[in-house]
Amino acid sequence: MFLTLTTTHQPATDLGYLLYKHPDRVQEFKQSFGTATVFYPEATDERCTAALLLEIDPVRLARSAGRITPDFSLAQYVNDRSYAASSLLGVALADVFSTARSGRCDTRQEVADSAIPLEIVIPVLPCRGGPKTAHRIFEPLGWQVSATPVALDERFPEWGASRYVKLTLTGTVRLADALNQLHVLLPVMDESKHYWQGTDEVDKLLRSGEGWLARHPERELIARRYLGRRSALTRTALTRLAELGDDVEDALEPAEEEEIAQPAERRESLNVQRHEAVLSTLLDLRAKSVIDLGCGPGQFLTKLVREPSFTRVAGVDVSSRSLEIAARRLRLDQLGERQASRIHLFQGALTYEDARLGGFDAAVLMEVVEHIDPPRLAALERVVFGTARPGAVLVTTPNVEYNANYEGLTGMRHPDHRFEWSRQEFESWAGRVAAVHGYTAQFRGIGDVDPERGTPTQMAVFLRD
Amino acid sequence: MTETTARPEISVPTMGLVLLVGVSGSGKSTFGRRHFKPTEVISSDFCRALVADDETDQAATPDAFDVLNYIVGTRLRRGLLTVVDATNVQGPARASLIKLAKEHDVLVDAIVLDVPESVAVERNRQRPEREFGPQVVARQQRDLRRSLGRMRKEGFRRVHVLRGVEEIENVSLSRERPWNDRRDLHGPFDIIGDVHGCASELRTLLDTLGWSITCDAAGHAVDASHPEGRTAVFVGDLVDRGPDTPGVLRLVMGMVASGAALCVSGNHEAKLVRAMKGAKVQVKHGLAESLEQLAGEPEDFRASARAFMDGLISHFVLDDGRLVVAHAGLKEAYHGRSSGRVRSFALYGDTTGETDDYGLPVRYPWAREYRGRATVVYGHTPVLEPEWINNTICLDTGVVFGGHLTALRYPTREIVTVPAEREWYAPARPLVGVVDREPTAFSIDDVIGTRWLTTTTAGRVKIPEENAAAALEVMSRFAVDPRWLIYLPPTMAPAQTSKRPGFLEHPEQAFGEYAATGVTEVVCEEKHMGSRAIAVIARDEIAAEKRFGAADGTTGVVYTRTGRSFFPDGGALVDRVRTAVAPLFEELDTDWLALDCELLPWSAKAMSLIRDQYASVGAAAREALPAAAGVIDAAAARGLDVTALGDRVMRRAANAEAYRHAYAAYVRPTEGLSGVTLAPFQILAAEGRPLAVTESHRWHLETIGRLTDPLIAHTRHRFVDLSSEEQKADAIQWWLDLTGSGGEGMVVKPLVAAGRSQPGLKVRGREYLRIIYGPDYTDSLDVLRERALGRKRNLALREHGLGLEALTRFVAGEPLWGVHQMAFAVLALESEPVDQRL
Repeated sequence: MFLTLTTTHQPATDLGYLLYKHPDRVQEFKQSFGTATVFYPEATDERCTAALLLEIDPVRLARSAGRITPDFSLAQYVNDRSYAASSLLGVALADVFSTARSGRCDTRQEVADSAIPLEIVIPVLPCRGGPKTAHRIFEPLGWQVSATPVALDERFPEWGASRYVKLTLTGTVRLADALNQLHVLLPVMDESKHYWQGTDEVDKLLRSGEGWLARHPERELIARRYLGRRSALTRTALTRLAELGDDVEDALEPAEEEEIAQPAERRESLNVQRHEAVLSTLLDLRAKSVIDLGCGPGQFLTKLVREPSFTRVAGVDVSSRSLEIAARRLRLDQLGERQASRIHLFQGALTYEDARLGGFDAAVLMEVVEHIDPPRLAALERVVFGTARPGAVLVTTPNVEYNANYEGLTGMRHPDHRFEWSRQEFESWAGRVAAVHGYTAQFRGIGDVDPERGTPTQMAVFLRD
Repeated sequence: MTETTARPEISVPTMGLVLLVGVSGSGKSTFGRRHFKPTEVISSDFCRALVADDETDQAATPDAFDVLNYIVGTRLRRGLLTVVDATNVQGPARASLIKLAKEHDVLVDAIVLDVPESVAVERNRQRPEREFGPQVVARQQRDLRRSLGRMRKEGFRRVHVLRGVEEIENVSLSRERPWNDRRDLHGPFDIIGDVHGCASELRTLLDTLGWSITCDAAGHAVDASHPEGRTAVFVGDLVDRGPDTPGVLRLVMGMVASGAALCVSGNHEAKLVRAMKGAKVQVKHGLAESLEQLAGEPEDFRASARAFMDGLISHFVLDDGRLVVAHAGLKEAYHGRSSGRVRSFALYGDTTGETDDYGLPVRYPWAREYRGRATVVYGHTPVLEPEWINNTICLDTGVVFGGHLTALRYPTREIVTVPAEREWYAPARPLVGVVDREPTAFSIDDVIGTRWLTTTTAGRVKIPEENAAAALEVMSRFAVDPRWLIYLPPTMAPAQTSKRPGFLEHPEQAFGEYAATGVTEVVCEEKHMGSRAIAVIARDEIAAEKRFGAADGTTGVVYTRTGRSFFPDGGALVDRVRTAVAPLFEELDTDWLALDCELLPWSAKAMSLIRDQYASVGAAAREALPAAAGVIDAAAARGLDVTALGDRVMRRAANAEAYRHAYAAYVRPTEGLSGVTLAPFQILAAEGRPLAVTESHRWHLETIGRLTDPLIAHTRHRFVDLSSEEQKADAIQWWLDLTGSGGEGMVVKPLVAAGRSQPGLKVRGREYLRIIYGPDYTDSLDVLRERALGRKRNLALREHGLGLEALTRFVAGEPLWGVHQMAFAVLALESEPVDQRL
């Protein structure tokens, strides 16, 4: 909710001229989300400190302007906006010190143009990634950084540190640069969801970042975080359920990557290999119609659609959000009628019998079974193998034996995995399912082969007798 | 063909299709108006106008008939009598309508209006919109002449030909019920499974059921009657394999003749009739025995037996449509319908065309997909024990194979069996239990899409499609096995907002509201601050399998309000709860229980929420506010006027401390199950008893109060007579004390559920509300008092109704898909956008 800005430039009270705020006055500035007050706790020739304090009434905001506020967390009554230096403080700072930020000072232009000794203190700064991130972001800009973690609750020391740090920046920097940096970087540090209203945010970022952002080694991170949350993610009915079950919303975000516990290079290559293996098997089987059961946001569907020998391609997922993303990815609304009629996306759950799942040459269950609670697998078996009965079913799932090859992997490869099978477990499951439902199963490995532990992914190809 | 003369009288089926046939100007529309409801008659002119704004636009005819066929098809599917008013003088036009009728398995009649050509031409001349000349009528007349000879072979049940204007004017038309429609019979019924010539067992069964049997001079049983006027219904397969097919036939024929019984045809009767008629049939599956036994009977008996069996119909719809009896069962779309395939389904079942290892036909498990309201009773496939599947039951318990002869008493659903006297015939394959049972996979159509559900306490409840879609994801990804998910708890509304200074909620509003709706006594229950938990516990594995169909060793679940299991390994908690509530199994004479509870402490389940959300905000406040106060003090020391600012910051600091105190009260260290307690406050249901519906809260709290296991946390409560000011004041003081020492608040409930008033109202404490509305909410009470409760209250009522419906259905042994539909609906409604703070 507040920060202080101190200079030891001589005379230090020049700070008042630079900021266009008189050191002996207490000035209030109305913001759409609260009131910003500027005052000087100290103002001597040796040392002068300006404080910017932002008061927010979340209750009033949530009830009146909650929907149109730029800061999403304000829609909740219990939030840290009254206390922490959020993106809102960045907005207030830009507004209250707009002239100073432009670098103009009619009375002290030469001071405004020079780097002066500055100390910025933000007692409570939400800092995604912890103190390390604060160092990474601010040090390249010439600041000496002190970032002390704030304890979550002193009565429960075992809970450890909170997401906040007390940040002190010391350095000799042009004031306008310092203010612009704070304006851009406060939302970057902030963990909360911040959805900007305007579409001109890129311009704003470039303007505020003039002279320092382009050279910043973390410029990509900064730009991504600053702009990345612009998408108007509407609150769906689903997230309301998530809150209710004490879940984290993230649990319901469509997972683009299956093996998120893996380093990026490794999982990308495994993804590609998996897609290739399944696709080439489908082609070998001469399947004409294919249904991707649990298609997620549609990565594999795009590959299926590109293959002209598939005359009918369907994608099913339980998440309507995933299906929306898949539809966008496939550009369903822009395809010609003929192309679009090949493709069918619909919501369904593999534990419910569904006539729409029937009538396909092949079905793909790629990295799906391990997301199902073991007691519910019987329902999936019945739905897929007993009722839908495609000519072929391709099932891929992690081979848990291979996990030993992943450095630092504890637990499973994805937080939503309900189990991971060894080769033997997978084969015995697949063998039983095949026998019960009149299929024969063959097994293949996907990915680099370890002589002892096999491949990272295992695949079963079921063919209907 | 019915050729009617002087006093014409014709009848059409109550359900089916009627084609009016006649040239333009023959008076079809007038005839239609006179004899049918306006909505029953669909005319081609009307449909032409719909698609072309001009009922004479012949170019629009193909589209008009598409519309006509769609309307007619929809009406027939819904079982409505439908009359098509079109010329229908050409064979192909009639054929497509006849096909439509067959597709919906209904009968189709034709009524031909045959008027002299001159009459038709003259009528058309008087209607200016009919621009066509007499040659059109002449052509239609030629078509009609040609048709008349052929029509009887086109597939009509009857072709009624009315000749001349006078006959058409004078005809009287009646509606004829199909033979299978016996909705007028209400029983009570004794429905009897496949007898297969086991005459002695049949007599024993009838005797057991209280029937008195009449014998003729030769000692043959020839009739039976029941002193309570019950009606017997035989599911067919009276004959073959057994020792005395003639004896069984004689008795059943007598009972049917005297009105004491109904009988549908089994496949064995159908084949025996064909054999007796001299058709070439394979003499196996016990047919030889019947033929041999019948050969020893007099010719007149053989003739009447053959006539009796030949006249048996495929199924009966009884008791206002609530009961259907067919030999091999019947899917809902076929109830009350008449067609070859309906008969084939009823006699032989839904065969897949394959045969099994014993050479017997493989049957499609239609009962598993059955979603109809009518109870369907059948036989045909011998099973070890009769078992309900989706409101259907098979009564063939293989008496002829040495099993039992079974009767179902309707409507009480009591099963009565007598054992076979011996194995009369060796089975081709061993008898098995029900093979169709596997209700773990419901149909997607049970839950998705917008639907209206009927509940006893909340009336009809609408579940919007987008809510169902959200629930599908949560249900399928996170919820426990639906066989255990027999209930989901409803949301609860707070009492109306208090105007009392400093309070947003206060008990007086709850008392006032209940008193106003006529409630005289309420219970105030301490509201535990934990996580809502539903415990469904079977006494042992046998009970789990028998009552919940769980064959994997699971003996219960404890799940959250969204149906998720509480801990990764729920088994330990289930075992612990079972031990704790063990005395209730005896006391309530049940082998399973469902309990509504709060699992404590809150931190056991919600630790990440507490840390990430509540403690975080507290940490920020605790750090920021004192720092701000320091800076403000320094400014004040410089002589700046920051007094008001300083006061505000100090007050916020105090609020934040109170807030931090509030959430910390619900944090207790737990390690696995140690430190966890469970506070049951209602026993939802036990075998045969939907206790949440039938018992008062006094009973629930007293019954639970007798549990002494340390796992159980008791719910402090007091009963309040709403007419006593003193008791109300005491209760308010009790609430103030409770919430003053860190309690969340209390729930006020009418002692017994009362009409459509809220099942409970929560009254949360002043300090607790800081973690709901924010640390500083007490400074914004004026704004918060504008909160709207209507939606939340409405939702609470509907979810409560759905939850009770799920429980009631489960307890009544109704199909699991129906239970699931209700529980699923609660979850769907929970995704409604209501203020989560309420």
